[in-house]
Amino acid sequence: MSGTFLGMPALPVYGHGNLNATEPFPKAAHRELGNAQLRANLGHATRTIRDKRLHVVSELPDWEDMRDAGSAIKNATMANLPALLEQFEANFTARGGIIHWARDAQEANQVVTELIQATGETEVVKVKSMATQEIGLNEYLQEQGIAAFETDLAELIVQLDRDLPSHILVPAIHKNRSQIREIFLREMEDVDPELTNEPARLAEAARRHLRRKFLTAKVAVSGANFGLADTGTLAVVESEGNGRMCLTLPETLITVMGIEKLLPSWRDLEVFMQLLPRSSTGERMNPYTSLWTGTTPGDGPQNVHLVLLDNGRTAALADELGRTALNCIRCSACMNVCPVYERTGGHAYGSTYPGPIGAILSPLMTGIKSEENNSLPYASSLCGACFDACPVKINIPEILVHLRGVDVDSQRSKVKVPSQMDLMMKGAEWAFSDGAHLNLLEKGLPVGRLAAGRDKVIKKLPGLAGKWTQSRDIPAPPGQSFRQWWAKEHGAADGVEPSVGDQQSEGKQSEGEQA
Amino acid sequence: MSAREDILDRIKAALRDAPATPDIPRNYRLATDKTAGQRLEQLVDRLVDYKANVFVVPAAEVPAKLAELLAGSAKIVVPHGLPREWLSGLPGKDDAGSPAVEVDSPERRLTVAELDAVDAVVTGAAVAVSETGTIMLDGSPSQGRRIISLVPDRHICVLRADDVVEVLPEAVARLDATAPQTWISGPSATSDIELERVEGVHGPRTLDVVILT
Repeated sequence: MSGTFLGMPALPVYGHGNLNATEPFPKAAHRELGNAQLRANLGHATRTIRDKRLHVVSELPDWEDMRDAGSAIKNATMANLPALLEQFEANFTARGGIIHWARDAQEANQVVTELIQATGETEVVKVKSMATQEIGLNEYLQEQGIAAFETDLAELIVQLDRDLPSHILVPAIHKNRSQIREIFLREMEDVDPELTNEPARLAEAARRHLRRKFLTAKVAVSGANFGLADTGTLAVVESEGNGRMCLTLPETLITVMGIEKLLPSWRDLEVFMQLLPRSSTGERMNPYTSLWTGTTPGDGPQNVHLVLLDNGRTAALADELGRTALNCIRCSACMNVCPVYERTGGHAYGSTYPGPIGAILSPLMTGIKSEENNSLPYASSLCGACFDACPVKINIPEILVHLRGVDVDSQRSKVKVPSQMDLMMKGAEWAFSDGAHLNLLEKGLPVGRLAAGRDKVIKKLPGLAGKWTQSRDIPAPPGQSFRQWWAKEHGAADGVEPSVGDQQSEGKQSEGEQA
Repeated sequence: MSAREDILDRIKAALRDAPATPDIPRNYRLATDKTAGQRLEQLVDRLVDYKANVFVVPAAEVPAKLAELLAGSAKIVVPHGLPREWLSGLPGKDDAGSPAVEVDSPERRLTVAELDAVDAVVTGAAVAVSETGTIMLDGSPSQGRRIISLVPDRHICVLRADDVVEVLPEAVARLDATAPQTWISGPSATSDIELERVEGVHGPRTLDVVILT
């Protein structure tokens, strides 16, 4: 419609930062699978949270209606994103907030740094935020001489241990109480040496550790769960009160929010504040939600900024099938039901966004051609549990298959020599094209029994098939095929010719003759 | 080109297929026919589940209940718009052991350090949702600034039974979006260690809810 439409960039602009894995998923997953402690911690945590979620979801008679509304609201948001962003900007600005736009991670980091530098402070407190994780803000600030203190208990644990989060909602899900106790004893100044591993005692230690920081901090950095376009309101959903501390005590508040986090209207919050807590922590409602619209005289920070972040979101939006991945509200229900995530943990995915949603969101934002992230769409068994669990009905399996297709297409143009997979597919094509061919191959089954040996199990296959046997055994093939058995049992006496394949090939021949 | 124009142009390019805007099906519950008594019962059940202390009292007994709850507090803070009669049960200034009542107002805003030295805060509430056990504060004079219900270790919230609705949409319709809001569902809590819930982290460790019938 507008004239500016003409000179538009035709190519999507991809995101950077911590979206990219440093190694392919299969390699990372293989290593993580060997960590028995991790698997035990994860198994316990995901099972607990799954049960809680099912319980609170089943309480609501209108859960499916809410999912329908949530899905439609998000699709409507994406369809009208430019207008909604401008509306949000106008409302937030009218009430004293200041908006900044950032094309990518680098630009967002620069904007935040300059805002902090303008206050003269060298320390900031942080509310847990996926967006700042994604752009690597803490590391960037550190390089600029600014210390960023994570205040969410789990983020604090991860930060003190110089580790990386492994779950969107419970970043330290991979650590148990004893490991956390050890980290606190090692890293916290003034920690009580008698500290036990009771969660209540550990939480108390975190409270003491952070209290002075909260009460003296001049600048806070946060993310946002929702931005409401028709009022210019921002929302942060949390449990511990660390969010409220950061959002209300400092003089300056800098929020970083992805452009996809908008909802068209204030009213839409009634849907998402029902969908989010029940899907994420399995609670009817999270303990604390804070809402602010620009500034309020006398209440909370008077210097309020919002950085609106692209960093590959527009690239995801350009993918007509994949764009619904942007509907994600970061509840993490998909990872808690995923059999792959439950065994590998979040680190295996490399990107800030792990689990099923990460397996589509990360490659959509970085481009599937990005070397490491092209393995992510394969990090799934396509069982569909994630689709069932998603409160906004993102069809993750469908997008995974779509991205696999995009990946194969992009590989095809690169590969010149046929791969093992191509040769195997060629072989399969030949085998299944004709019953006689299959019959011939089936005669070779007993050879497999020889390979299996006395325990009747094949432990290692060569070549591409070897990937299957890396973590599984294959039972020895039977001594005869079904067709051979049928022929022996029923013989020609039943009038059923033992080899159906032979008949087919005869038929084929006669067709050929007719032609 | 500015980042703003650049990003808006990228979005428009990404949406060149002009996706349709779906109608929003709002078939979820917007209100219900639970009676006031049922809503109250549900709210109490939820709040107790969150480990809040709940007291349902007739309006006339609020001063006595607050006096009882505040008996161990040396210093309390209240917002300037809190109904004064609610505090009329506190012992007079001359009595030994009477708590010092600080009033936070636009004219006299308590500092963070002053609030940190306070034992308890008493506020009102705008509305509460029984189904989720959520109490909403919207910064109006009876509830005060967000900070006063955050820094003290104990929050005593007085809620009128008339302000209890059942489902979230009813509460959202009553609230002004642009007011600075805090939604509270139980006291501060964390589940970050092995998903075991621990009450009391950074926010008030104790939440007392006095429901006035």
